[in-house]
Amino acid sequence: MSTPSARESVRELLPQVRLRHWGRWVIAAVILVILGALAYGASQGDISWRDIPYYVISPIILQGLVNTIILAVAAQVSAVILGVIIALMRISENPVAKWFAAAYTWLFRGLPVLLQILLWYNLALIFPRLQLGIPFTDVVFVDLSTNAVMTTFVAAFLGLMLNESAYMAEIVRAGLNSVDRGQIEAAQSIGETPLQRMWRIVLPQAMRVIIPPTGNDFINMLKGTAMASVIGYVELIRAANNIASFNLQVMETLIAAAFWYMVIVSVASVGQSYLERSFDRSDRARGGPTRRARRRLARDLVTPPLVRSHP
Amino acid sequence: MTNIHPGTVGQAEPQRPLRPLLDAVRVSKHYGSNEVLKDVSLQVAAGEVVCIIGPSGAGKSTFLRCINRLEVPDAGEVWVDGQAMGFEERDGKLYELTERKLSKQRASTGMVFQHFNLFPHLTVLGNVMEGPVRVQKRASRTVDAEARAVLERVGLGDKIDSYPSQLSGGQRQRVAIARAVAMKPLFLLFDEPTSALDPELVGEVLTVMAGLAADGMTMLVVTHEMGFAREVADRVVFMADGGIVEQGTVDEVLVNPREARTKRFLERVLA
Ligand SMILES: Nc1ncnc2c1ncn2[C@@H]1O[C@H](COP(=O)(O)OP(=O)(O)O)[C@@H](O)[C@H]1O
Ligand SMILES: [Mg+2]
Repeated sequence: MSTPSARESVRELLPQVRLRHWGRWVIAAVILVILGALAYGASQGDISWRDIPYYVISPIILQGLVNTIILAVAAQVSAVILGVIIALMRISENPVAKWFAAAYTWLFRGLPVLLQILLWYNLALIFPRLQLGIPFTDVVFVDLSTNAVMTTFVAAFLGLMLNESAYMAEIVRAGLNSVDRGQIEAAQSIGETPLQRMWRIVLPQAMRVIIPPTGNDFINMLKGTAMASVIGYVELIRAANNIASFNLQVMETLIAAAFWYMVIVSVASVGQSYLERSFDRSDRARGGPTRRARRRLARDLVTPPLVRSHP
Repeated sequence: MTNIHPGTVGQAEPQRPLRPLLDAVRVSKHYGSNEVLKDVSLQVAAGEVVCIIGPSGAGKSTFLRCINRLEVPDAGEVWVDGQAMGFEERDGKLYELTERKLSKQRASTGMVFQHFNLFPHLTVLGNVMEGPVRVQKRASRTVDAEARAVLERVGLGDKIDSYPSQLSGGQRQRVAIARAVAMKPLFLLFDEPTSALDPELVGEVLTVMAGLAADGMTMLVVTHEMGFAREVADRVVFMADGGIVEQGTVDEVLVNPREARTKRFLERVLA
């Protein structure tokens, strides 16, 4: 114990006066005042709040809710499948497939979804009949009226799905590229076929990159179905408008629709984090730190407790 | 040395068969204008341990990868146990195989990589069972028992349920060796299996490899570990500039090299 630093200090501990964060109190107070004013303002509005719960469970709104969910799920699921196919074409060795995939993405990502929906819905204006047959012969297997095929659902589905599939192709491609080349080589070295490599080795690892943006896209898809109201598909907003066209309670019915959007978006968010977790176990021990514990750890690393100014 | 081999491939006869197990014939490969392999030929007999040494960029990795056709040679043939890798021999011609059939062929060879390349989403046991179950379509009950035995013998019997990320480098490489061995391959290719390891972890991997060699496994090992080559190799091959400069026994190549390039290389690595 000869070095000075190893000796114990004789200094008395002095009382410490912590920094007061006056600014935080002021900002919090301002926010609460603004919220209070808004709530008061809302209560003064010419709106019958009492009717809203009735609209929330009205059969027309519920049918709109079901139609919204059907359209969103159908479009998203198809977009994922198509997106995987386009992504595989994009990374393939075939120059024509590569080119096609790039052009596909460029086209369907570039056009506004609403425009695509309108184009599909009005297809009959340029192609009154849809035929499947052998060109330059009289052989026709299928011959349908375009208007019979292109219902509001089909048009909205095509518009939303094709646009989303272009985004999915990019997401899947990023996911596949995120997997180390050595993984494919290791799978090759034990004799796995291309399909096995993709299915057993590459996709499970790519999922960790693919799922978060796909979840975000699905949430956007749930809301994007609102565009189908323009061509008369009875999803939530159209359902709300249909009621309002009888009784003029426009805001009440729209707020009922808004309620359901919040519910399905929240449910989708929970589902997303659940999925993410189940594909995230690769770098985690069974019984190792949970995701929340790791998040806390990461936060603590950013703000080491020792230098915190606040207890 | 503990017996670390599952025993099915282990009882190779010491005398050399007439036909080499592995016969690489005038293999060439270039990337752009870079001639990486120039007419490289090498034969390996069953049970033989051949170490390939040489400076970085000599084409050692590329040669190994041409053998199991991770890389497609521009010219030349690789014959494994009487079959041309990547081809089907019919009426005096070699017809290129589909990727699917090539995969089947590859299952008879094993490879251990510098960076392990374990499957991070599978447990240690899952990594070892993947090939036998998915590729060889063997019953997972018997494979499970065998995989546990192989892992036991590389000293990882207690890590079966761990994920690769929870293991040290030395442990990961031993799992990678177990994964290759579990396929009961005709031979094993090692591409600098200890180069990515911390120095104190090199020994445990070399011990496992020496055990395999003692069990009679045919091995082609690219390595910078001269001590390992001296003790385990039946033959040492010195490669430089895309070709084999000289080859022979440990004494011939490592102790009394004939070529000036070999001498210079050995002086550098042994300094
Ligand atoms: N995929 C590739 N593309 C282009 N050049 C490559 C590729 N792989 C290896 N090479 C080149 O080939 C030469 C030999 O590489 P390699 O076989 O890895 O040598 P070694 O393993 O002996 O160090 C090097 O010059 C390297 O840059
Ligand atoms: Mg190399």
